[in-house]
This record gives sequence, C-alpha cells and structure tokens, in this order.
Amino acid sequence: MTTDIEKKVKGIIVEQLNVTEEECVPEAAFIDDLGADSLDIVELIMAMEDNFDLEISDDVLASMRSVKDVVEFIKANKS
Amino acid sequence: MRKRVVITGLGTVNPLGNNLKDSWKGICAGRSGIGAITRFDASGFKTKIAGELKGFDPLSFVEAKERRRLDDFIIYALACGQMALDDSALTIDHKNGDRVGIILGSGIGGISTLEKEHQVLLKSGPKRISPFTIPAVLPNLAPGNLAIRFGAKGPISCTVTACSAGNNAISDAFRAISYGYADAMITGGAEAAISPLAISAFNAMRAISTRNDTPEEASRPFDRDRDGFVLGEGCGILILEEMTKALDRGARIYAEIAGTASTCDAYHIAAPPPGHPGAAKCMELALQDAGMIPADIDYINAHGTSTPLNDLHETEAIKRIFGSHNKSPAVSSTKSMTGHLLGAAGGIEAVFSVMAIKEGIIPPTINLDNPGDGCDLDYVPQRARKGDVRAVLSNAFGFGGVNTSIIFKKFEE
Repeated sequence: MTTDIEKKVKGIIVEQLNVTEEECVPEAAFIDDLGADSLDIVELIMAMEDNFDLEISDDVLASMRSVKDVVEFIKANKS
Repeated sequence: MRKRVVITGLGTVNPLGNNLKDSWKGICAGRSGIGAITRFDASGFKTKIAGELKGFDPLSFVEAKERRRLDDFIIYALACGQMALDDSALTIDHKNGDRVGIILGSGIGGISTLEKEHQVLLKSGPKRISPFTIPAVLPNLAPGNLAIRFGAKGPISCTVTACSAGNNAISDAFRAISYGYADAMITGGAEAAISPLAISAFNAMRAISTRNDTPEEASRPFDRDRDGFVLGEGCGILILEEMTKALDRGARIYAEIAGTASTCDAYHIAAPPPGHPGAAKCMELALQDAGMIPADIDYINAHGTSTPLNDLHETEAIKRIFGSHNKSPAVSSTKSMTGHLLGAAGGIEAVFSVMAIKEGIIPPTINLDNPGDGCDLDYVPQRARKGDVRAVLSNAFGFGGVNTSIIFKKFEE
C-alpha cells in the first residue's frame, strides 16, 4: 500500500514538474532540486488533493519542501 | 533628430500557415484560411466558422509543463518571437539586453483560460482554480514571457486597443527606437480568441459573419454581400532595429518604417462615424510623420474587415486623402484570406505589407465578386498583382474609436 502511494506521488510530480523519475528521489527538494517555483508547488499540491481525495491546508502546504514530505503526509492522512 | 528604424526579422502563425513562407504563399495564391470551428462544439452557435491555425504544434516551441499553464495567445507569441529572432539573426545577450525591448498588442488576452477556469469555479469551487490563471489571462504576459525567454530587458509594454492593438504596438515600438529609448524592439500582436464566449459575444453585436455553409467565402471585404467579419487567431511579430546598428552587424533589411499616426473618433464604442474622418485624419498624419505625399504610396493594406460599415467608411476616408479610383493606390484586405485577428491583425498585416515591398507583389482581396455600394476603389480583386511597391500604408481601426496607420517603405541607405 505504501509503495503504491509513493509510486502515485512520484508519477504526479514527474508529470506536473516535467522531471524524470530518477530525479524524483525522496530527498529531492521541489525548489532547489526539481526547479519548481511557489506557484508550481500550489498546483502540485492541488493535483495531490484531487488524486488522493483529501485536503491539504495552507499551513501544511508551506511545510512541504520535498518529495518525502508529500509522501509522508499522504501516508499519515490516507489510512 | 529621429533615428531611422528598419525591419530585420519577421515571424507569423495565422490561418494561412505556421510560418512566414507558407503564409506568404497562401497570400500570393489568394487562398482562404477560414473553415468550420473545431476548437469547441459550435453547433448551437449562430456563427460556426472561424480562421483557426491548422496543424500548429505548440510543443515545438514550449515544454509540456509550460503549455498547460500558458494561454494560446502567449504560445503563439513565443513561437513567432522565436521565428522572427531566428530570421533576423539578432542575438540578445548581457551586452545589448538592456537596449532590446518588447511591445505586443492583444485585444482580449487569455479569454479561453478565463472561460475554462470560470467553469471550474462554478463546478468545483474557488479552491480548485489554477494558480496560473491570472498570468495566463493578462494580455501583457505575452511580452512578459518573451522577455523572460529572450532576455530582453529594455522598455516593455502591451497595447490593448482592440483591433488596432497590433498597429499601436508597432507604432510605439517604432518610436521607442526613433527617440533613442532602445536599439531593437520585438513587436506585433497576438490573439487566440476563438472561444464560446467570444463567438457568442460578437454574435450578440451582430459583428461576425454567419455564412456557415461556405466558410471560405465568408470574409468578403468591400463586396456587396459581406455580412460581418470572420474571427481569426494567430500572431505576427517584427524585429525592428535602429538602422546604423542593423547595418553595423550586417543584418538583412526587409524595409523601413517611415512614419505612424493614431487618432480617436470620439464617437461610438464600436461603429465608425459616416465617412470616417478620424481614419482620414490618421492616414494624413501618418503621411506627414513620414514626410511623404499620397502619390508616394503604392499600396494600402486596408483594415477591410468585411463588415458593412467599416468597408464603406474606410473607402470614403481613403478617397478623402488619396483621391478617387484612378488616383488612389491599390487597396486590398488580406482579412479576406486570414479573417480578422483582432489585436494580432496589425501584426500579421505589417508582415504582409513588408513582404509586398520586398517581393513586389500586391496581395489580393479574395471573394470580391460584386463591389458594394460606394466601394469603388481598386481593391485588387481575387488575384495577387505584381508591381513595384515603394511604400505601403497599413490601417487598423478598433472598438473604442481607435485608428492607427503605419507607413512602411523600401529601404535605401
């Protein structure tokens, strides 16, 4: 189940940010490593909300810096 | 002392072609770019026809990520900006970037994005709106995105003067160079307004043609049976340079801008006054600005929208300045082939005017079978014509009573 979530999150990031799967390692930071800007992250988080049918508040959004942050949040809130 | 301004690069996408060569070939052949609307289901609309781009591949010019977040009018501008810069061989770098500016016109910017996001708002609520909505809708994000891509850090602006926007942009860019504010300008107009809202709104004004059964014959400027304009989409961009700078770098020079002028009718939000004195004044002032007399002009690229009012009153305005049929230069409307690209019209028509000078070919007015009452100039009906073209005056008039005329002339050192 957890690997499924990871796989899906990675797929969305690859599509939204136009990066390769290899770049999309858990530690990859959206801004510094994956070339995103603040608007990219807003759009990315909206895509996560749509795909996992959950809501991510602005406070949580502000704390999401890397691939791992997103995966962990979704794992914790999607059980 | 004003500096001289020359044109060194051209780029266009329009209903006749996705580059300069194909577009000009279409103009010379008198081809129509008008067809049934494919962009959305227009079956319930009064007008079901438009001039769409055909086979244009956005991914040749922008990444998949950018494509999702940019409105089409911005993508068309990026494509034409790239083609025009390649054509001019002008490089923009840290040495000259501060002296290169951008002024582009657009009538209604990202209206399609606005409509789509409004649907999202109604269906899914305010939290589902894309963070890229506003930057896709604002008309000045066409020049803004070009500046980012090409590193042009000089004067930037966006003209939003409806169907005159392209001409206003070129006119302002010309002045930026002639008064010394920039050495080179990327200028023209971009439009992508073939959307359900725009088509219904123009229908509500009774402004666009409903000749749905024969779309290729729908845009028929100066013809007796014209019934409104046909909405087109696309972009036309010119690279303007200060003459000595262009000569120093050995640039190929297409033509020179001799002068421009703008006036306002101050009369009605959409209709021209009888005889269109504002347009006549505008052409007269452009001649004055260029230091030319009417006899110097060999060809007028008319606004020629194919609406009953414009074509009659533009004809009267031309006659007031240039004289009657046997005195006036050849006049034609390339909108008969491309449709009306609103804020991009001035851009593509500048491209065609410059090509007329360079190639010695006067574009035709197609579909002109029977000239309408009062339309009695030489409109170059149906077929393009060969001939020496020393200077062209290009008109663009817009809602809000805006008139802008630009004069292009053959370049001589």
